[in-house]
Amino acid sequence: MMTKIAFVRKKEIPPSAPPITEVGLIGWLRQNLFSSWLNSILTVLSVYFIVVILWDFIPWAYGGHWNTKSLRECLDLDPDVACFSVLTARWKQLLFGLYPAEEYWRPTLTFMFLLLAIVPILFPRFFRFFWFSIIYPGLAVWLLWGGSFWSISIVYIGLTLGALFFLSLIRRYLKNYMVAAILAFLFTAVFFLFISNPLVGLLNVILPISLPFVESLKMGGFTLSLIVGVTGIVASFPIGILLALGRQSNLPVIKMICVGFIEFIRGVPLITLLFVASVLLNYFLPPGTNFDIVLRVVIMVTLFSAAYMAEVIRGGLAGLPLGQHEASASLGLTYWQSQRLIIMPQALKISIPGIVNTFIGLFKDTTLVSIISLRDPVGLASTIRADQKWNGIYWELYVAIGLMFFIFCWGMSQYSQYLERKLKTDK
Amino acid sequence: MSSPTLPPSESFKFSMLLSDTRYRGMSLQVITFIIFMAVFFWLVDNTIKNLALLDKDVSFNFLWLRAGYDINQRLIPYTSDSTHGMAALVGILNTLLVAFVGCIIATVLGLFVGILRLSKNWIVAKLMSAYIEGFRNVPVLLWIVMVFALLTEFTPAPRAFKGAEPEATMLFFESVAITNRGTYFPAPVLAEGAYWLLLCFGLSIVAVIYFIRYANKQKKDTGKSLPTFWISVAVIIFPTLILFFAMGQPVSLEYPYLKGFNFKDGIHLRNSFLALTLALAFYTSAFIAEIVRAGIMAVSKGQSEAAASLGLRPNKIMSLIILPQALRIIVPPLISNYLNLTKNSSLAIAVGYMDVRGTLGGITLNQTGRELESMLLLMGFYLAVSLLISSFINYFNRSFQIVVR
Repeated sequence: MMTKIAFVRKKEIPPSAPPITEVGLIGWLRQNLFSSWLNSILTVLSVYFIVVILWDFIPWAYGGHWNTKSLRECLDLDPDVACFSVLTARWKQLLFGLYPAEEYWRPTLTFMFLLLAIVPILFPRFFRFFWFSIIYPGLAVWLLWGGSFWSISIVYIGLTLGALFFLSLIRRYLKNYMVAAILAFLFTAVFFLFISNPLVGLLNVILPISLPFVESLKMGGFTLSLIVGVTGIVASFPIGILLALGRQSNLPVIKMICVGFIEFIRGVPLITLLFVASVLLNYFLPPGTNFDIVLRVVIMVTLFSAAYMAEVIRGGLAGLPLGQHEASASLGLTYWQSQRLIIMPQALKISIPGIVNTFIGLFKDTTLVSIISLRDPVGLASTIRADQKWNGIYWELYVAIGLMFFIFCWGMSQYSQYLERKLKTDK
Repeated sequence: MSSPTLPPSESFKFSMLLSDTRYRGMSLQVITFIIFMAVFFWLVDNTIKNLALLDKDVSFNFLWLRAGYDINQRLIPYTSDSTHGMAALVGILNTLLVAFVGCIIATVLGLFVGILRLSKNWIVAKLMSAYIEGFRNVPVLLWIVMVFALLTEFTPAPRAFKGAEPEATMLFFESVAITNRGTYFPAPVLAEGAYWLLLCFGLSIVAVIYFIRYANKQKKDTGKSLPTFWISVAVIIFPTLILFFAMGQPVSLEYPYLKGFNFKDGIHLRNSFLALTLALAFYTSAFIAEIVRAGIMAVSKGQSEAAASLGLRPNKIMSLIILPQALRIIVPPLISNYLNLTKNSSLAIAVGYMDVRGTLGGITLNQTGRELESMLLLMGFYLAVSLLISSFINYFNRSFQIVVR
């Protein structure tokens, strides 16, 4: 007969709730802010720091004046708040420099088109609009500098004719790409040397479309930063890839030229190169040549960041296992085929953070043009502060300029993180 | 039965230079070389023609001519009667001074921020990433100009320190004065016998080095560890301190004091120097912080777990396991950031600091009209510094690479 000798539980006890210190808000606070004495002290200090900053900043910015005529007037009204009137008075200058006021719509439109033109490049979903990104550079140059519409479009016409010539050559007559490329190059050269000028003249007579010409020295503010920055970014990328390939090449002459170029550019500060562009370039060109200062700066900035780009991409190339080269060679791919299909996609993917950092660095470096007395935002800030009306203004102006740069650079770095996540194929 | 036969050898055709892989590389190189040389000679030829038009020659004699301008900050004796060469040297030293001080501040700040960025403390980590993003995403030139304006416009003039009830007071027991003309620190004055003190200090450091070696050996042989840190601190401090008082305090501080409308004596750091150094250091520290963070995160978690399972304490895990491995990743980019700081110091012109670009590439260039020669020398200087540093990085990489069997 069974006797009850012990209590045996038939049902499982429901799990008791975790202690209140481990979950919810309190748990989070304990784990993340007050896990130890040191951490608690750090937390209190940080909170104190943030509160002090905000305590000063919010009333200062919130009560700011926007509509006074000078800093004096601001100080008379209330010296403890911000004087944003300087931005109200000078925002046009900060954005457009000395660009003629009645033509402001041109840089504005150029900027809007820029946003449209980069969408197909950034997001593959919209790749079918890529044709707009192709015509954008010409459109931007025409809108910003003005002049005859046809003298810009003739470049596109010439290049298109050259490309068509090349394609028809290899489709009909020739198998050798290199010979075809040389012939097409000659064809394009002949077009630009002898045919383009009369053609532009003719088109100008038939259908005159033109905008008033604006000279380069009138460009300034963020328009100038964007002109230099965007052109530099777009141009330095392909040059950087070529330099990186040249440095890895097993053709000694090409390798030596590339190594010499990269090491020279990386060894000197950008500012010396800009001085070369503004002072010394006249020595190196045929006597009497004088070409546009903005163009010179763009060329120097491009070469500068191309050298850095080359080193970043070389890092990516070195990160690839050797087996990738060998496998693509054993499939019978030519050098350019294997670079285009196997090596570069992987190498570029590895080096995305470095590439974007180089872009960001280039965009920030556009401020150096103020030192060779072009009117970029930093240079304009000094001009505005030298003005009698705004003499002594400080935070309002610099914070506004810094914020503009921050938005662009931070945006780029966020995009690069998005791209990295999207292209990640392994866990 | 068939004997292997070679395909009939093609006779050489001219088009094979471009189409045959055996010759293509060679002909490509020849073409490149010819184009390169042609461009090079074209540039040289243009330069010669331009120089002839301007009636100039290429000569470096101007380096031995009287400079005739003053430099407000000089580490070696220099007057306006010195030569342009001396002016360039003063500039070089000024550049190196900014680079040296800037690198030290940037490293300390960067390490601090980088480690705190990895802190488990949510709010501290967020604050540090705000610091990093803020400095990295705004141009360094803007920072330099901002810090300079802050130092010159928001600090009191020396005359504000005057009177019975001054508007401004000196910091740290009347020893440091921050004014709109720069910051004044007390300067050490060496009296007779001070050199014995230095000698004593040097000897204690040597003694500590030997002691640490001995302690390490002891630890390896017997497993016992000595209280190395406290003994070293005592050895460094006490003998020198005792000697200092025994010899009647041969080193004293010379405090800056107000005379007329300006401070006298003490060490005077100009605002241009301070603004340049601080802005460059803050800016670079943000990059260094990211490098430190990446280096520490690159050491796999298994390493610290393995160390913990061996019974090492957290600070030992950091100093013995993580840091030595992280340093291998951290050091090369760290040094290239030092190089960037050095190159960025050429922005000194924005605040009027007389670095090598300001003397050799600025006033000397303008006074003598020797643009070509000055720029060549200037670029040569920066190239030499950067090649020196990059050869050091290569040396480091070679000696500290993980040896793969």
